Amino acid sequence: MIQADLNIILPEILLALFAMLALVTVVYTGKDKMASMLTWLTAGVFAILAVWIGMSGDGDNIAFNGMFHDDAFSRFAKVAMLLAGAAVLVMGADYMKRRNMLRFEYPILVALAMVGMMVMVSAGDLMALYMGLELQSLSLYVVATLRRDGVKSTEAGMKYFLLGALSSGLLLYGSSLVYGFAGTTTFAGIIEAVGHGHTPLGLLFGLTFVISGLAFKVSAVPFHMWTPDVYEGAPTPITAFFATAPKLAAMGLFARVLFDAFGGVIGDWQQIIALLSVLSMFLGAVAAIGQTNIKRLMAYSSIAHMGYALMGLAAGTALGVEAMLIYMAIYVTMNVGTFAFILSMEKDGQPVTDIASLNQYSKQSSGRALALLVLLFSLAGVPPFLGFFGKLSVLLAAVDAGLAWLAIAGVVASVIGAFYYLRIVYFMYFGEEGDKLDTPRSPVQQVMLMASAAIMLLGIVNFFGVDSAAQAAAAALMPH
Amino acid sequence: MNDMLLSLVTFIPTFAALILVVFLRGEDEMAQRNAKRVALTATSITFLTSLFVLAGFDPSDTGFQFVEERDWLMGLKYKMGVDGISILFVMLTTFIMPLVIWASWDVKVRVKEYMVAFLLLETLMLGVFMALDLVLFYLFFEAGLIPMFLIIGIWGGANRIYASFKFFLYTFLGSVLMLVAMIAMYVDAGTTDIPTLMSHSFASGTMNIMGITVIGGMQTLMFLAFFASFAVKMPMWPVHTWLPDAHVQAPTAGSVVLAAILLKMGGYGFLRFSLPMFPIGAEVLTPLVLWMSAIAIVYTSLVALVQEDMKKLIAYSSVAHMGYVTMGIFAANQQGIDGAIFQMISHGFISGALFLCVGVIYDRMHTREIDAYGGLVNRMPAYALIFMFFTMANVGLPGTSGFVGEFLTLMGVFQANTWVALIATSGVILSAAYALWLYRRVVMGDLIKESLKTISDMTSREKMIFAPLVAMTLILGVYPSLVTDIIGPSVENLISNYDTALAHGASASQTASH
Repeated sequence: MIQADLNIILPEILLALFAMLALVTVVYTGKDKMASMLTWLTAGVFAILAVWIGMSGDGDNIAFNGMFHDDAFSRFAKVAMLLAGAAVLVMGADYMKRRNMLRFEYPILVALAMVGMMVMVSAGDLMALYMGLELQSLSLYVVATLRRDGVKSTEAGMKYFLLGALSSGLLLYGSSLVYGFAGTTTFAGIIEAVGHGHTPLGLLFGLTFVISGLAFKVSAVPFHMWTPDVYEGAPTPITAFFATAPKLAAMGLFARVLFDAFGGVIGDWQQIIALLSVLSMFLGAVAAIGQTNIKRLMAYSSIAHMGYALMGLAAGTALGVEAMLIYMAIYVTMNVGTFAFILSMEKDGQPVTDIASLNQYSKQSSGRALALLVLLFSLAGVPPFLGFFGKLSVLLAAVDAGLAWLAIAGVVASVIGAFYYLRIVYFMYFGEEGDKLDTPRSPVQQVMLMASAAIMLLGIVNFFGVDSAAQAAAAALMPH
Repeated sequence: MNDMLLSLVTFIPTFAALILVVFLRGEDEMAQRNAKRVALTATSITFLTSLFVLAGFDPSDTGFQFVEERDWLMGLKYKMGVDGISILFVMLTTFIMPLVIWASWDVKVRVKEYMVAFLLLETLMLGVFMALDLVLFYLFFEAGLIPMFLIIGIWGGANRIYASFKFFLYTFLGSVLMLVAMIAMYVDAGTTDIPTLMSHSFASGTMNIMGITVIGGMQTLMFLAFFASFAVKMPMWPVHTWLPDAHVQAPTAGSVVLAAILLKMGGYGFLRFSLPMFPIGAEVLTPLVLWMSAIAIVYTSLVALVQEDMKKLIAYSSVAHMGYVTMGIFAANQQGIDGAIFQMISHGFISGALFLCVGVIYDRMHTREIDAYGGLVNRMPAYALIFMFFTMANVGLPGTSGFVGEFLTLMGVFQANTWVALIATSGVILSAAYALWLYRRVVMGDLIKESLKTISDMTSREKMIFAPLVAMTLILGVYPSLVTDIIGPSVENLISNYDTALAHGASASQTASH
C-alpha cells in the first residue's frame, strides 16, 4: 500500500531529494561558484521530470487515502509548470550572474517551490493543499529578497511575506470552518458532506475564506495589492518566475478546490469567482495604462490575465476548466517570451525597466522588436496570434455557461487593456529616437524570446496537442 | 487544384512577405528596390492567379465555389470559398493592391517593413472575403488592424499617433462585441460553419432584458452586436469619426487601401452575416439603419463642404457614399443590394483614385491644404484631366460607374422607404457641390501661388497607375452588366431566403399569439 502510494508521488520525492542533495553538496564544495552549473542542472531536472510525467502518467491514481491525486489534470499543470520553471531558470542565469546575484540557494529554492507547486495541483485534501501552498510560498518569499542589500528587493520580499501570511491565515481559518462543518478534510469527503442541496452557513463562510486566500495567490482583485510592488521590487528573473509557474499552480489549486471539494454547489461560488474575474479584468486593464515601468505594467497585465482565467473557472463546467488550462498554458508561454525580452533590456550594463527606453527599438533590432510586437498583440488577445485563442476559449466557456454578461465585460476590458500594449508598440515603432539600449548578450534569452513569439504564430496552425490534453485534464476534474 | 486555389491566392502575399523578412537585409538603395520589386511581383502574381478564380466561377450557381475545407485547431474548420457576393471583393482587392504598391515607389523610410505590412494586409483582406468559418473570418477581420495600425503609425503624417490609436481602439471595440455574438451563435447552433449558419434560424421570440423589451429577441441582439462592428468599419454616421483622422494621417497608399478595400468589409459583413443570419433582427432595425444612412449622406456631405484638407474632404465623401451602400443593403430588394455591391466596387476604384490624386500633388508640395493650391491646370494638364474624370465619377455622372451604384441604390430604397430616398437624393446634389468646388479651388483659375510655379505634371509611372482605374470606372459605367451578371443570382438567392425567413418568422409569431 505504502509502496504504491510512494510510487505515485515519486516525481515529487525525487525533486525534493534532488534539492536537498544539491544543497548539501554545494554547501560543502563550491558554494556560489557552482551556482551557474546548478541552475542549469535544476532546469535539466525540471525538463526531464516534465517529459517523464508527460509521457508516463496514465489514469487516475490516488495516494495516501485521497490526500494526493495523480490525474490528467495534475499532470497537465505539472508539465506546464516544470517547463516554464526550466525556461525561466535558464534565461535568468546570465542576468543574475553578471550582477553577482546568482547564489546557489536560488535554484534550490526554486526547486523546493516547484515541489510545493506540484503538491498543490495534486492536492486532494485541505492538509495537502496547505502543505504545498506553504512550501511554495516560503520558498518564494526568500527568493523575492534574493538581493539582500537592495532596498526594493527586501521591501518586496517583506510585503510579499506579510500579505502572504495574512492570506494563509484566511485560508487556514476557512479550512478550519470547512473541517468543522464537513467533519473531514479530504475533498472527497467534503463534496459528499456538502451534498447537492442546502449548504450550511458555516461551510459557506469557510468556502468564502478559502476562496479569498486562493484569490490572493492568483492576485485577483481585490487581493492584488502586493503584485505590482513585488513584481517591481524583485530582481527581474524572479519576477519572471512569479509571473509564470506559481500563477499556474495557484490556478490549478483553485480549480481543484472548487471542483473536487465544492463541485456540487457551483451556484454558491460562481458569483464570487465571476466578480473576482470581472474586477481583475477591469482593474488590470485600467491601472496599467499609467505605468511607465514595464515590470509594473506586466504585474497589472498578469492581474488582468488572471481575470480571464477565472472567467473559465466561473463557468463551472468542464469546458470552463479546459479553457482555463489552455489560457494559462498560453499565458505562461507569452510571459516567458516577454520576460526574456525585459531581462535583456540594459543600458550601459545596467538593467532598465522604463518603457520609454524602447524608443525606436525597431530600428535598432528589427527581429527582436518584431518578436515583442507579436507577443504584445498576443497578450492583448488580438488575432491571429495564439493569445486570441486563449481568450476565445474562456469566452466560449462563459457564454456556454450562460454568463454572457461576463463575456461582454471581458471583451470590453480587453479593448481598454489593448491600449497599454499598443503603447509599448508605439515606443518601439513610432516614437522619437533616443539613447539606444545595449546589444543583448544572452543567447538564451534570445532563444526564449524568439521561440515564444514563434509559438504564438505557429500555434494557430497546430496547437501541439495542448487542447486535447487540456480536455482530458478538465474531464479528470469533473465528478464522475 | 481547384480546392487549393483560394488559399494560394490568399497566401502568395504572405509568402512574399516571409521572403522579405528572412532574406532581405540592409536599408541601402539596392535593398529598397528589391523590396519594392518583390512586393510588386507578388501582388501582380496574386492578381493573375485570382483571374483563374474569376474565370472558373459559375455565376448561375448560388452556392459557394472553390470550397476548401480542412480541420483546424479546437474543433474549428479552416474553410474558404467564394460566391457571387464575395468574388468581386476578392477581385477588387487583388486588382487594387499592385497599383497601391506601385504608387508607393517613392517611399524612402523602412521600405522593407512597409512592403511587408502591405503584403500581410492583402492576405488578411482576401481572407476576410473568402473565410467560411466564423472564427476564421474574425481572425482575418481583426488581424487586419495590426498592419494598418503600423502603416498609419510609422509612415503617417504629423498627427499619426493619435490617428493610429483611435483607428485601432475604435474598430477593436466594435468587433469584440461581434466576437461575443459569434460565440453565442456557436453555442446556439453548435457550428461555426458560415453556410450552415446561414440556414440556421436563431430564436426571435420577444425577450425581456432588465425591463427592456427586445422585439426579435436574440436575433436583434446579435444583429446589434454585428452591427456595432460593421457600422464602425463601414463607417456609418455617427461612428465614422475615426475615418477622417485615419485617412488624413495615413500615407497615400494606406488611404487608398482603407477607402478602396477595408471599408468594404463592413458592407460585405452586412450581406454575409446580418441579413442572411438574423433576418428578423434586421427587419426590426431596418428603419433605424435606413434613417442613419440618410442622415449620413446629407450630414457628411455638408461636413465635406467645409473641409480645408483635401484628404479629409474625400474621407467625408467616402462616408456619404457608404451611406448609399447601407441604404441599398437594407432596402433588401434586388436593385438595392445589386446597387450596394456595385457602389462598393465602383467606390473602390473611384475613391482609391481620388486619394491617389491627392497623393500626386502631396508628393510634390507636401501639403494637403486646399488653399495651398489653385490653377494647377496651367502646369499639370494631364493631372487636371484625370482628377476631373474621377471628380465626375465621384459625383455620379452617367457614363461612370459612380452613377450606376447611386442610381440602383436609390431605386431600391425608393421602393422600401420613399422618404429616405427623397432625403438621400439630395446627397447627389451636395456631392456635386463639394466635389466640383474642390476641383475648382485646386485645379482651375490662375496659377498665382509662387510655390506652384515649378510644379511638374504626372510622370509616366503615375499615369500608368491611373490608367487601369480610369478604364474600370468607364467600363463599369457603360456596361454595368459585367458586375450585375455575376452578383445577380447570389443576390436573388439572398433576398428570397431573407423574405422566406421573414414570412416564416411572421407566421411563427402569429401562431404563438393565438
